[in-house]
Amino acid sequence: MTNKVTNVVVAGLGGQGVLKASDILAEAVFGAGFDIKKAEVHGMSQRGGSVNSDVRFGDRVDSPMVPDGQADYLVVLSEDQIDNNLDRLREGGVLIVPDNIDKKALSNPKSLNVALLGVLSSHLGIDEKFWIESILANLPEKIHEVNKAAFALGKESVS
Amino acid sequence: MKISDRMLLSGNEAIALAAYKSKVALGAGYPGTPSTEILENFSEFGGQAQWSPNEKVALEVAIGAAFGKTRAMATMKHVGLNVAADPLFTAAYTGVQGALVIICADDPGMASSQNEQDNRNYASAAGLPMLEPSDSQEAYDFTVAAFELSEKWNIPVILRVTTRICHSKTVVNVKDIEAPSYEADFVRDIKGRVMIPAYARIAHKKLRQKLDDIAAWNETSDLNQVFEGDKSLGVIASGISFQHSREAAPGASLFKLSVSYPLPLEKLRKFAASVDRCVVIEEGDPYLEKAILAEGVKVEGKAQMYRFGELNVDRVCRIIAGDESPEAVPAPGKPPQLCQGCAHRTVFQILSDLDCIVSGDIGCYTLGVLPPFSAMDSCVCMGASVSIGLGLRHVLPDEQAKRVVSVIGDSTFMHSGITGLVDMVYNKPKTGHVVIILDNGTTAMTGLQEHPGTGRLLDHSASAKIDYEALGKSIGIQNVHTIDHVKFEDEFKKLLMEALEKNEPSLLIARKECVLAVRKIRQYEKEAAEKSKCERQCQCEGQE
Repeated sequence: MTNKVTNVVVAGLGGQGVLKASDILAEAVFGAGFDIKKAEVHGMSQRGGSVNSDVRFGDRVDSPMVPDGQADYLVVLSEDQIDNNLDRLREGGVLIVPDNIDKKALSNPKSLNVALLGVLSSHLGIDEKFWIESILANLPEKIHEVNKAAFALGKESVS
Repeated sequence: MKISDRMLLSGNEAIALAAYKSKVALGAGYPGTPSTEILENFSEFGGQAQWSPNEKVALEVAIGAAFGKTRAMATMKHVGLNVAADPLFTAAYTGVQGALVIICADDPGMASSQNEQDNRNYASAAGLPMLEPSDSQEAYDFTVAAFELSEKWNIPVILRVTTRICHSKTVVNVKDIEAPSYEADFVRDIKGRVMIPAYARIAHKKLRQKLDDIAAWNETSDLNQVFEGDKSLGVIASGISFQHSREAAPGASLFKLSVSYPLPLEKLRKFAASVDRCVVIEEGDPYLEKAILAEGVKVEGKAQMYRFGELNVDRVCRIIAGDESPEAVPAPGKPPQLCQGCAHRTVFQILSDLDCIVSGDIGCYTLGVLPPFSAMDSCVCMGASVSIGLGLRHVLPDEQAKRVVSVIGDSTFMHSGITGLVDMVYNKPKTGHVVIILDNGTTAMTGLQEHPGTGRLLDHSASAKIDYEALGKSIGIQNVHTIDHVKFEDEFKKLLMEALEKNEPSLLIARKECVLAVRKIRQYEKEAAEKSKCERQCQCEGQE
């Protein structure tokens, strides 16, 4: 099969910006010209419960849901949500968690989601301009700078 | 949202955009996950959209708009179509002059629902064509096709989507849509629209004829597609199941079914005969499997275990392999709960303290069933809190009956609580009854939508506001109280205890705005005040 699909799962708790993070990722990938599908569940999960969102991209994506054990990247926003999501990650897949960044350097803790996308971006090889465009398009203007800084922090944390 | 040629859209957004571009004159619905964003986006694109009190009203309004020779749509979640089933079945007889598309969003796996009913059954039961998109591109294209189909045969058409279509985002090439320009016009057609038995008998025959014609058309419709592959395995699938199947069995021959009623049976027969083994992959009920088998076409279905919950690529692989071994149970996540600071918490704590028998309802407050409150004893459907509470009151021994309380949210009360309230007065239980409206000023569960009790329309502009207290009094409830139960917790508890002691109907309105909505509500109120001030000034200036 030449149709290589990249699978990303973003997970966390309601209110942490899980869906916002997957929106930003999805639009960055979309901007770069890939076929992309994003799946998530709204409703009950918004009331402080577990939330996760799947993003898949490549030449052609069929199912919008990442099969268990096939995520190339698992981005978890909340430490207590790592264990229950680990079986989404494939063997040798990359786990991205809050400890990956220096949280003290984060000027607003709410931009943790975007900081972890910064970490993810260093693995995906998608041109930074698509990330920045997507961040600006998905967030209100007054938090643009904070989130650009958070993204850069995440990106730089990978050496 | 800026409209461009290539967009990344959710299924709901794609439907909304297609409806807007199809010149739909009116969209009506009631919020329900996963359907809610269709009308919200339709309104944002510039379409005329309204939240109706419930799905029955929404569908009837849409039927009226279609009788007026326009394109109309009604949106709802799967269980909403139960509420709207009465007009649905007879609108199939009357047909429409313009076009009518009913969009119903099923929730297999119950991400946010009380059952996982499969609404494909409604298409065959009512006799209405049903289209099922498998991604956002098809959600867009099939919305267009549904209106064309409705117009061509003057029949309402159901567009059935599921959670994974509604809330998944996929790439959409936004094509131009050539929609006919209607002049809304009333053309009298008494025999066609007044369903007295004499006319309805004729209309039923006409409906069956239309369905035969549509079935014949569907045999050659390019909406259904065959992807030829390996002849050893053929898969028939529709909706999201098609996407899972294409990934699970990439080499197989695939029949992508898009019109799931009436079925293209000859085309299916030919496909099944062209492969060694033919498997039907479908979520929920064995709807296609049974319909196809009934025609004597040999296909395989799925084991009962796959009837529960959503399908995914892994489960489709298992179905094809005939694997019935137990599935891995996913690690439990953190369950949802009532928000910190949520006013419902106070009510459920008191109901728990008083050891009430709580007849509950549908909304955020259903979470009152979970610890630490565990203060809900039934939840069946929208509005059922009031009437189930009455049933319990009628039969239980007095000492139990006097502990029964019905708890219903404000939006749910508007939806279908009022008729129960009328019954409380009309068929009064001898111990009376107590109904608590949890008035948080919004439809919180589905994402803060307006309803007739908020006094604002779908786009949050001001409108008439229903007064629950006056409504209760007008139907003859003497004991009606409105109270901020968070600020005056002790008084609320006292009111409730007094009401439980009285052998008469009581209505308590526990009013405290939703913590998630309160800032937005203040903003809408400010905007409305500014607008009305501005209008007054304009009037004064006009008079000078």
